Amino acid sequence: MAGSVESDEDKQRRRRRAMAAIAALTVIVAVLAAVPWLTSDYGLAFMVNVMCYLVLTVAWALFSGTTRLVSLATSAFFGVGMYTVAMLIKTLPLYATFAVAIGVGAALALVVGVLTLRISGMFFVIFSFGLSEMIRELMVWWEINQTHTMGRYVFVPFDTTLIYEHLLGLVVLVFLVGWQLRRSRLGLALLVIGEDETVARQVGINVPFAKVAIFVVSAMFMSLAGALMAPRFGFINPNFAFNPLVSFQVVIMAFLGGLKRLWGPVLGVIPLIIFSELLQTEFPFWYSVLLGLVFMVIVYFLPDGVTGLLEEFWKALGRPLDLPRGLTGPLLDAWAWLSRPISLPRGIAGAIEERWSKIMPPAKEKR
Amino acid sequence: MPAIEVILGGAILGGLYALVAIGFNLQFGMARIVNLAYGEFLMGAAFAAFWMFTLASINPILGMVLSVPVTFGANWLVYRVLMTPLVRRARTREQLEGDTILATFGLLFVLRGAATLAFSADNRFYNYLGEPLNIFGFTFAANRVLAFALACVFAVVIFIVLNRTRFGTALRALAIDPVGAELVGIDVRSLSGIAFAGGGALVAAAGTLVSTFLTFNPAIGIEFTMKALVVVIMGGVGNMAGSFIAGLLLGIAESLCSYYVDSGLTLAVAYALFLIVLVVRPRGLFGTP
Amino acid sequence: MHTRLRRIAAAATVATLGTFAAAPVSAADAPKSIRIGYAISLSGVNAQGAATTTLPGYDLWVKDVNDAGGIMVKEFGKKIPLEVAAKYDDTSSAETLLRLEEKLMSQDKVDFVLPPWSTGFNLAVAPIFAKYGYPQLAVTANANDEVQLVKQFPTLFFFLNQPAHFGGALIEVLNKFKSAGQLNNKIAMLSVGDQFGAEMSAGFGAGLKASGYDIVLQKSYPLGAADLTNEIKEAKASGADTFIAASYPPDTFMLTGTAITQGYNPKVFYTAVGTAFAEYGGNFKDKVQGVMGIGGWDPNLPGAQDYYKRQLAVTGHAPDGWASPVTYASLQILQQAIEKAGTLDRKKVLDTIANGGPWNTVVGPIDLKTHIREHQIGAGQWQGGQFVGVSPSDFPGVKPVIFPKPAW
Repeated sequence: MAGSVESDEDKQRRRRRAMAAIAALTVIVAVLAAVPWLTSDYGLAFMVNVMCYLVLTVAWALFSGTTRLVSLATSAFFGVGMYTVAMLIKTLPLYATFAVAIGVGAALALVVGVLTLRISGMFFVIFSFGLSEMIRELMVWWEINQTHTMGRYVFVPFDTTLIYEHLLGLVVLVFLVGWQLRRSRLGLALLVIGEDETVARQVGINVPFAKVAIFVVSAMFMSLAGALMAPRFGFINPNFAFNPLVSFQVVIMAFLGGLKRLWGPVLGVIPLIIFSELLQTEFPFWYSVLLGLVFMVIVYFLPDGVTGLLEEFWKALGRPLDLPRGLTGPLLDAWAWLSRPISLPRGIAGAIEERWSKIMPPAKEKR
Repeated sequence: MPAIEVILGGAILGGLYALVAIGFNLQFGMARIVNLAYGEFLMGAAFAAFWMFTLASINPILGMVLSVPVTFGANWLVYRVLMTPLVRRARTREQLEGDTILATFGLLFVLRGAATLAFSADNRFYNYLGEPLNIFGFTFAANRVLAFALACVFAVVIFIVLNRTRFGTALRALAIDPVGAELVGIDVRSLSGIAFAGGGALVAAAGTLVSTFLTFNPAIGIEFTMKALVVVIMGGVGNMAGSFIAGLLLGIAESLCSYYVDSGLTLAVAYALFLIVLVVRPRGLFGTP
Repeated sequence: MHTRLRRIAAAATVATLGTFAAAPVSAADAPKSIRIGYAISLSGVNAQGAATTTLPGYDLWVKDVNDAGGIMVKEFGKKIPLEVAAKYDDTSSAETLLRLEEKLMSQDKVDFVLPPWSTGFNLAVAPIFAKYGYPQLAVTANANDEVQLVKQFPTLFFFLNQPAHFGGALIEVLNKFKSAGQLNNKIAMLSVGDQFGAEMSAGFGAGLKASGYDIVLQKSYPLGAADLTNEIKEAKASGADTFIAASYPPDTFMLTGTAITQGYNPKVFYTAVGTAFAEYGGNFKDKVQGVMGIGGWDPNLPGAQDYYKRQLAVTGHAPDGWASPVTYASLQILQQAIEKAGTLDRKKVLDTIANGGPWNTVVGPIDLKTHIREHQIGAGQWQGGQFVGVSPSDFPGVKPVIFPKPAW
């Protein structure tokens, strides 16, 4: 398209499409905002979970989706936000606690980022793996020995509907940030870092700054989500706030939905929350096993997630149907295949191994 | 309690951490796999020892004759079936690390969930050699001292294998430069598989030893994995002696913290040490760059 | 929203018809069963406690009530049987418990929810019980702030008194021997890193200091700790004559076992939850002689022996010497309150529980006007294979203390 000038008509068409898109999105958001009055208590609880994890996953993708550094620290920031509110609720007004929660999350991200991101991605991932557990340990120690009470009440007039509406607003905000990021220089820099850090450095990108900056932004969203969820059950203790399952679920949702598209997380969050509602409370250990299996399937077979799968499907639909031999042709082929004698020179194991090496890309030449 | 007793007690626990870390180093340093599900095999071995002891009265040390080779085989299968495709499709070392982290992360939840389903989340404990021993005038439980002694034996065996045999030299070459190793005719793929399986065997031994004196349940794996990670980074990836010393250090630090501050802060101690090493000497205390 | 409108319309219709009908609502309108639900720790670190203290009581009560035909509800003019409509495992996780309680109340919509096990969990779910208006008869819970908490949560009832009360019972025993010069004033106190441990060590600590005792060792250990050898060694080295552990069943057992191994023999050995379990005596056999623990009960009260035999026969679990009978007592109160209120309406039943007392139970008469059960045995001791109450000394049925504890 280099060198071509957009005609007035094209410009009009683009503007109309943009306006249509904005209108459609506004309608969706309005409908979502009306949800508390459209469903039962139980449905609202479900939607609160969806919105919360949507914020967490999109925020996660802001950092890990671009830099390709898998962060397992989501529950640390989520927990920090939640626990800050729990600790300060008696001394500060509610919204002030939210603000402090964001600040604490940002500070933690800054410290962690500066200490680990400068050195190597590997250290960062390892560090993030245990960060939430370590903070939990510290908080339990603090509570038992300094304040002599393990749980805190967050019993404020901030009911589930308010939580929902605030989370919805946060979802819109995080999507906007994600959308803007893709168009900004920082976003481009991050993508280059994700592809090859050495190249990024050589091109003059301030790699540590970029990584830490987006890490802090992502952490702030996660902390605010945690803060908003603090009044949900009225009671918080460190084991409740810092739950490593949150980190794991967010990673699964992100990968399930797909990291290439901004709206990928939606396709990851909703199925997983449904899955979790069905299993987690009554069969928590089956849930753990199945979740692990689902995740492994995604890692091995669906590196682009469900959105990748859908896009392949869409493209396949778009292709014209090509049947030179009509329908009977493929049927005859199938019959011929079925009639072949079964030949397994290397046994079933060998057959499986052959199939496996066909599924996975063949050995590439190293460097 | 005099400080020396605290330190000795910490060294005893540290011997076990060292063993766990050496096994992890085999998987990380040599086979280049970050196995986040590492601790789950330790947990599995602990339960195996428990069932063998309570149901068939088999001495856990004897039981290792069974559980160690089984875990070796299981880990070898894990490498062949689960890790090889990732190894093949990774273009860089970072990508392999990233992919294996994700895959083993999922494996962790599968193994832990399966164990909880099979064994229930309750704590288990069995009494083996719980009598007190008198060493230098201090009382220690016999099973802990035995665990420490065996951990040292295993570590020494690994050292000998790595430094005095051709097989060991090949493994060390793998750790330093896999491409170069391939060039001199080492079958990197199958050697990595053996290294990975060897790491699994070591963690099974550690799990059996741990089960003799600690209360355990299906959720203990993750803490051991984290500590293994920390110790390996501290000692230097690929450096076995470093892992051993760093493991001892971690045990002693934990014991000191437990005595002077609080016994619930073990992870915080590990992370504090990790941070110090990261800031001061990112290569590790004795690491090869 | 449509369902809500429909419900309002239905209620209005029934009310209108009801005012015209002279006869009471016919038995045909009665629900088939009174639906009970509960979420409790069937697995995980709290499972042992729940399985010994709480679950057998729940099972026995349901059986006893249904054997008698059900609970008489005057509103429907007949006895309605109990049905355990939902029983969930919270896997000893507070988060799971919170979600399950909300599920029980907002989705399963059971008539009454029985409380979970442990102080921490009961405090955690208090806001949810209050939000949905379900009476919470918290048995396995004691907190320093009980008076404050029942004001904040009008649905909450405590059946165990504050830790300070239990501390006072122990201090009374200690004082007797300290003033006779047989006991020094040093205390070694350990506590489990959970709500109960924190509350108890704070409550006991304040009382001990005020009575002139010196707490030379005070340490907490994590819930589910794998090994407590160091803690016992430190207690041994502290020179204290009195050892107090604000412990939970797993650690109670572990501390005792470790003390035996290490040969630790303080003059007073006191552990908390779990000491009163029949398994404790069964596990350590004659070594438990003289071990003191929290709580205790009077087996000579009317109905108590019969209850003991029935629970053992029906559930296979002997009641423990502290909170098991209280659990059964709380359910007796629920039943009597429903009968007295004549309805399954939770608000009315709640009011009746508070104001309809005193109630007759296997632990004696209980009055819940303040939402807290006040007078109760504070400390017990294993004597001759039985866990008996020993303090406060003015309580009927308590036995004299064995001192010092015989060496293991």
